[in-house]
Amino acid sequence: MNGPLRGLRVLELAGEFSAYPGKVLADLGANVIVVEPAGGSVTRSWGPFAGDEPAPEASLQWRHYNTSKRGILLDLGADADRERFRRLLVDCDVLLEGLATREVTALGLDPATFADDYPSLVWVSVTPFGRRGASPDVPTTDLTLLAGGGPAHSCGYDDHTLPPVRGGGGQSAHVAGSFAVASALTALLHRTVSGRGQHVDVSVDAALNVSSELATTQYLADGGIVRRQTGRHAMVDQTAPTQVEAADGHHVVLGFPPRAAEDYASIVEWIDLAGLRDDFPDVVLLELGVERGGVAVVELATDPLAREIWNASRDAMMLLAARLPAYDFFLGCQRRGLVAGFVASPEEAVADPHLVARGFATEVTDPYTGRVETHPGAPYRFSRTPWRISRPAPRLGEHTENVLKTGWAQD
Amino acid sequence: MVGPSSQADAGWPADRWAGSPSDLEARSTALRRIRVCDLSGQLAGAGATRILAAFGAQVIRVEDPATSGGWDIVRGAPPYNDERRGIEFGGSFNNHNTEKLGITINLRTERGRDLLTRLITISDVVTENFAGGVFARLGFPYERLQEIKPDIVYVSHSGFGATGPYRDFRTWGPIVQAVSGLTFTSGLAGQPPAGWGFSYMDHLGAYAMAIAMLAALWHRDQTGEGQWVDLAGVEVGLSLTGTDILDHHVNRRAPRSPGSVDSNRAGAPVMAPHGIYPALGEDRWIALACRDDADWARLADAIGEPWAADARLATLAARLAEQDALDARLAAWTAGQGGQELADRLVAAGVPASPVRTPAERIDGTPATPGWDLWPTVAHPDIGPARVEGLPVHLSETDWSLRRGAPRLGEHNRFVLGELLGVGEAELAELTAEGVI
Repeated sequence: MNGPLRGLRVLELAGEFSAYPGKVLADLGANVIVVEPAGGSVTRSWGPFAGDEPAPEASLQWRHYNTSKRGILLDLGADADRERFRRLLVDCDVLLEGLATREVTALGLDPATFADDYPSLVWVSVTPFGRRGASPDVPTTDLTLLAGGGPAHSCGYDDHTLPPVRGGGGQSAHVAGSFAVASALTALLHRTVSGRGQHVDVSVDAALNVSSELATTQYLADGGIVRRQTGRHAMVDQTAPTQVEAADGHHVVLGFPPRAAEDYASIVEWIDLAGLRDDFPDVVLLELGVERGGVAVVELATDPLAREIWNASRDAMMLLAARLPAYDFFLGCQRRGLVAGFVASPEEAVADPHLVARGFATEVTDPYTGRVETHPGAPYRFSRTPWRISRPAPRLGEHTENVLKTGWAQD
Repeated sequence: MVGPSSQADAGWPADRWAGSPSDLEARSTALRRIRVCDLSGQLAGAGATRILAAFGAQVIRVEDPATSGGWDIVRGAPPYNDERRGIEFGGSFNNHNTEKLGITINLRTERGRDLLTRLITISDVVTENFAGGVFARLGFPYERLQEIKPDIVYVSHSGFGATGPYRDFRTWGPIVQAVSGLTFTSGLAGQPPAGWGFSYMDHLGAYAMAIAMLAALWHRDQTGEGQWVDLAGVEVGLSLTGTDILDHHVNRRAPRSPGSVDSNRAGAPVMAPHGIYPALGEDRWIALACRDDADWARLADAIGEPWAADARLATLAARLAEQDALDARLAAWTAGQGGQELADRLVAAGVPASPVRTPAERIDGTPATPGWDLWPTVAHPDIGPARVEGLPVHLSETDWSLRRGAPRLGEHNRFVLGELLGVGEAELAELTAEGVI
């Protein structure tokens, strides 16, 4: 079975911001060759490492972000290898890179003129502040980009003596890389009609700026500035907590407070089932809520009883959350049609019964070490052309000889 | 596979906007041949079709007249641009649905389902983000879509996907983030999870949905084959935590407990110092990171105090071992300085740094990404002109364009149902009177 992008030729120059879009294309079936400099990409020096021993073949950063790719070594500072690079580029559909402008210039590539030599090439640049106008030497990391681009401002705790928080996992590369892939595919779909390629300029900072949801739309609408709040949406006004520590020390997340009569009936039934009626005298308010057919949001401003019922339902959910293990609370809510979640670590989440039933986790065996690697599986399930990891990440120069001999042909 | 595909002229229309009124027509030429029958909404769905609309695809949003489009909780919801309220005045809805056409169809009625069927016949893509299985129960499982149009690309997006024990569970962004590991991996040591403070997964889920549509269209262009793509937000979320999953599996680590994560510190690659420190002013902060020992030497130079010049801090291992003390020293140093001024000074010295920028600073201050036009103004018939999010990309030949605001409820019924589907005036009036549209 082949992915939807079978046959598409992608040349990726290894780097922090080209790796993820390269993986997305490769796992969707594209023929991706990742080019590393002699000695290997700097990203091979990034942990974590298999066995906690730093080594180019043990970088799990590399192992994860380079699945389904072939890998070659080229010294792009040397004429002979630059010529090899150019030969590959002539028959290539997509060039993916995140190099500094001076490095691109050294390769003889210029967005204004590359189409003369490579008329059908879609050239995608993913750089911190875009290729078109940014000063070339602004040093950045994932942390500084997320701080400047918006997400960190919305993230943290009610207690503002604690700093804003950067979400983990190298997300700046995912946000920008997603736009790189979507834009590359857009340019390819246009090429199908026009026959012409083009340059795609992606700014990581701009991508984060338009991926910060309410902080942005609030400001654009009325100039309001949202404030970070523990484990829930940053808002202009302080809101009630929605994240609760459950009986087992894990956390749950509540949805919008219930308001339908059947929701109130379910909560009353659950309170009794959990033996909490004596601990929660306000259960009578919920029973009133059942009798009056629920509470409408518009009544909250005018009807004091509606407000009391509404608050009682929130209190009941908080109590149930605190008295039950997190996962039991999640299932108990969802089976009663109440929106709720539990906070899982990635390592727990991948073993969740739902994901196991869907066969999500994907095992890849490295033929060199025999090591079995568990990766996240398909983010999208194509009925006809399934996503798949077609090979483990390449070892240093694993395909150099083969690619230089046979070019884009796949084994 | 270089150059125009042999399938390029295989019978798909070249331009979905041909003959349409110029005030409706898209400006971008990239995807003019694509029409999307879009039943999706909120941000997780609307954010995906928005990207295609910006590139010139004809995206037709189908909303429910019986509930005045209320299934999409963003329609008419805050924030607002002024004191006016109502279903046409939601600022986020305007942002998420810019450049789309809007029609109403009541799918509870047979005539409504017939209209949708006819719309699917002339579409390339069908999208929805109802809970798993809902669209099938409305009468449109994939098998039926295929009967209507054999090469249709159908993308469904729900929190838990179309199969599995949680299929019918209800979610929104923060729930997806919690269940998929992203909330857990965001926080400070000794504190509960911080989460993301917004629906991060609505954005990332939407981007995955756009990629799925475009990749499936590419395959259709090559082969003539359509297909169904089932997207589960939780799976998209987990796919963004790959190195954590791999690390725990390969190194057989026990699952982490709550409070053990400090995501302001560096994971991969390891760095120190690396964090968000106080700056001058109320609730002002600066992020800074030393990628290597040379960065530290530059920072120590900028600090210019004896403790920073201590040779024992010259190596990463030593700085990691003394990270708590180092962070406390740094915080004392940064706290008296303006965040932007200090960041400018450090960046000039070669050290990665940025203030934690407020929306006002990043949108109306000096843009970090220059010359981009990231906040275009669109025209909404009721709201008036309003700024929205642009796209963080520029294409040299077929760039995006956003100029029309979100559609009013049923605003384009006459154009889409009348012009595109050929429903006559009398029948349109009848459908309206019967509550079908």
